[in-house]
Amino acid sequence: MSNLVELLISGLSLGSIYALIAMGFVVVFKATEVVNFAHGSILMLGAYVIAATYSRIGFPAAVVAGLAAAATAGLLIDRLLVRRLRRRTHTALAIVTIGVDIVLAAELARRVGTDVLNMGDPWGDDTWRVAGFTFPVARLAAIAVALVLIAAFGALVRYTDWGVAMRAAAEDAETASLMGIRLSRVSLVAWMTAGVLAAVAGLFLATFPSPGLSATANTTALRAFPAVVVGGMDSLGGAVVGGLVIGLAEALTAGYSDHLLFLGHGLGDVAPYAVMIAVLLWRPTGLFGTKELSRV
Amino acid sequence: MSDRLRRVPVVAGWVAAVALLAVAPLYVDAFWLQAGLVTIAAAVGAVGLTLLVGAAGQLSFAHAFFLAVGAYGYAYLSGRSSSGTTVGLGVPPVLGAVGAVAVAGALGLAFSPVASRLRGIYLGVASLSLVFVGQHLLQNLTSVTGGFNGRPTPAFTVAGFDFTGTEPELTIAGVPFGAVERLWYLSLLALAGACLLARNLLRGRAGRAWRMIRDSEVAAAVMGVDVRRGKASAFVLSSMFAGAAGVLSALALDRVVPDYFGLLLSIEFLAMIVIGGLGSVAGAVTGAVFVTALPLVLARYSGVLPLVADAGSGGVDASVLARFCYGAAVVLVILVQPDGLAGLGRRIRSRLRRTTPPPPQSGPDACPAGVLQETP
Repeated sequence: MSNLVELLISGLSLGSIYALIAMGFVVVFKATEVVNFAHGSILMLGAYVIAATYSRIGFPAAVVAGLAAAATAGLLIDRLLVRRLRRRTHTALAIVTIGVDIVLAAELARRVGTDVLNMGDPWGDDTWRVAGFTFPVARLAAIAVALVLIAAFGALVRYTDWGVAMRAAAEDAETASLMGIRLSRVSLVAWMTAGVLAAVAGLFLATFPSPGLSATANTTALRAFPAVVVGGMDSLGGAVVGGLVIGLAEALTAGYSDHLLFLGHGLGDVAPYAVMIAVLLWRPTGLFGTKELSRV
Repeated sequence: MSDRLRRVPVVAGWVAAVALLAVAPLYVDAFWLQAGLVTIAAAVGAVGLTLLVGAAGQLSFAHAFFLAVGAYGYAYLSGRSSSGTTVGLGVPPVLGAVGAVAVAGALGLAFSPVASRLRGIYLGVASLSLVFVGQHLLQNLTSVTGGFNGRPTPAFTVAGFDFTGTEPELTIAGVPFGAVERLWYLSLLALAGACLLARNLLRGRAGRAWRMIRDSEVAAAVMGVDVRRGKASAFVLSSMFAGAAGVLSALALDRVVPDYFGLLLSIEFLAMIVIGGLGSVAGAVTGAVFVTALPLVLARYSGVLPLVADAGSGGVDASVLARFCYGAAVVLVILVQPDGLAGLGRRIRSRLRRTTPPPPQSGPDACPAGVLQETP
């Protein structure tokens, strides 16, 4: 029983990390219609900057630097590539981000090499014991930070001018721009916010109980893609729900893998993808995604 | 100039290329032949992927999975059981190879309910799952796949002639024909067959239906094209090409290991067809040569080239530099030349014969890049 509670907390924390990644992905998709396959590499860039700088400038400053680096990466992709390619097909835009991902992932993997980098976070491998349960502090911190960010992001989308502009642009980009909404600013803020959210998620993906930042961190981040698809690619609420579903599925299958040995070792790593296929068979645009209508 | 005369240089070019490839084993050393084998296998896979992504407009990351199915399918069907580790059925190699392609197609068909229901970009994300589920199966179905260490590729023997060994001994023009030389001709034959098949598919009814689906699903449905069926057929055919490429890779690499069939391989395939020009068979082959051969060439000349560090030194080694190159090439192609190298070639050709107007944009090789062009 205590095992189950610990697994649920671990799944929720993993899920809230995935939710952060998925929200960034969704906001970029809503604002610019780009399916951003470079998201995992942007996340890894943020985490790498934190890991590489904390020993010199301290952890808080390193986090700021990491967030700034990821936001800058988003800004550059938006300004240098996405903006020039407006009016191209989804596939063309997605392929551009794949190209960026190839370069960025190759460079980051080379820099990290075979090491596993410590993130220098203050939580370390501390645990918190309550009523017989043991929780890693880093996981609890992840849940707390993610909750704050999800709420802040929800408020940003709902109440600020930018949020209204972004939603208008997502409904109908052309009409929005005729109404005086600057699509370039909508897209810029979306990309930078996505970068920041990804960097925070990258930080927590690489803290305890995971051993640290390794060269394959961007592949781990890809598990947020099932979260996006399960929730529906254009739904921010769906991103949060999808993230939690995927996080719980991963934590529970990994936790009970001893009972599931007939399905093979390392089941937690593929559970997100299995859930995604199951959901897609049932609902082709995810749980909360807009059904695509075509008007003739 | 009459039409027939104008085709003379084209035909001459093809004859020269075929002749060059045919005599290559007599002059080129084994390293380059080996690199060529891997490249040809990749080219077969790329031709298949360009049908799906280029013609039918369905982005897919699943290609590495279907390559793995082909490679392991062949190893399982034609391999022999070795004591206690892996099992094999011991089917004759030709049947084993055909069977592996069929299994890849069948799995493509099994996934096509998902594939044909999803719009392009959803499919792209959903197909990621096949790569990871595939990796899981490759690591865990140890009796079939051999697990982490993989399993050896069974010999490819046809009527006593061993394409992967030295039975019977054969020496042509003073060059002893070993496994690499023999596989070279086998692979070339397979590539020629794949190109011809893909070209005919693209020129025929299927290709026109795919392009119609790509450009507008509604319009395609109005014209009487069965959209679901069209998407499913593109998916199945492309996975069969991938299966064939998997068999060829298994033969070229001598051993199939799960690590080879990861997400990176799928991404490399996408890079190949984008660089070559989406929807173009010749472009897919060119892109495959570029992406597959580049790291090998760079590694070979790393001592001479500045900037290239030794592998494992932590610097920019050949494989990292190659990834920089083709990653940047993908971005550049989309930015400035959406129809890729194939489009560049066409532009140069039409400039060379400036007297004639540029060819009308029709046929499979003429306007392949609609998937990347502006939306209306």
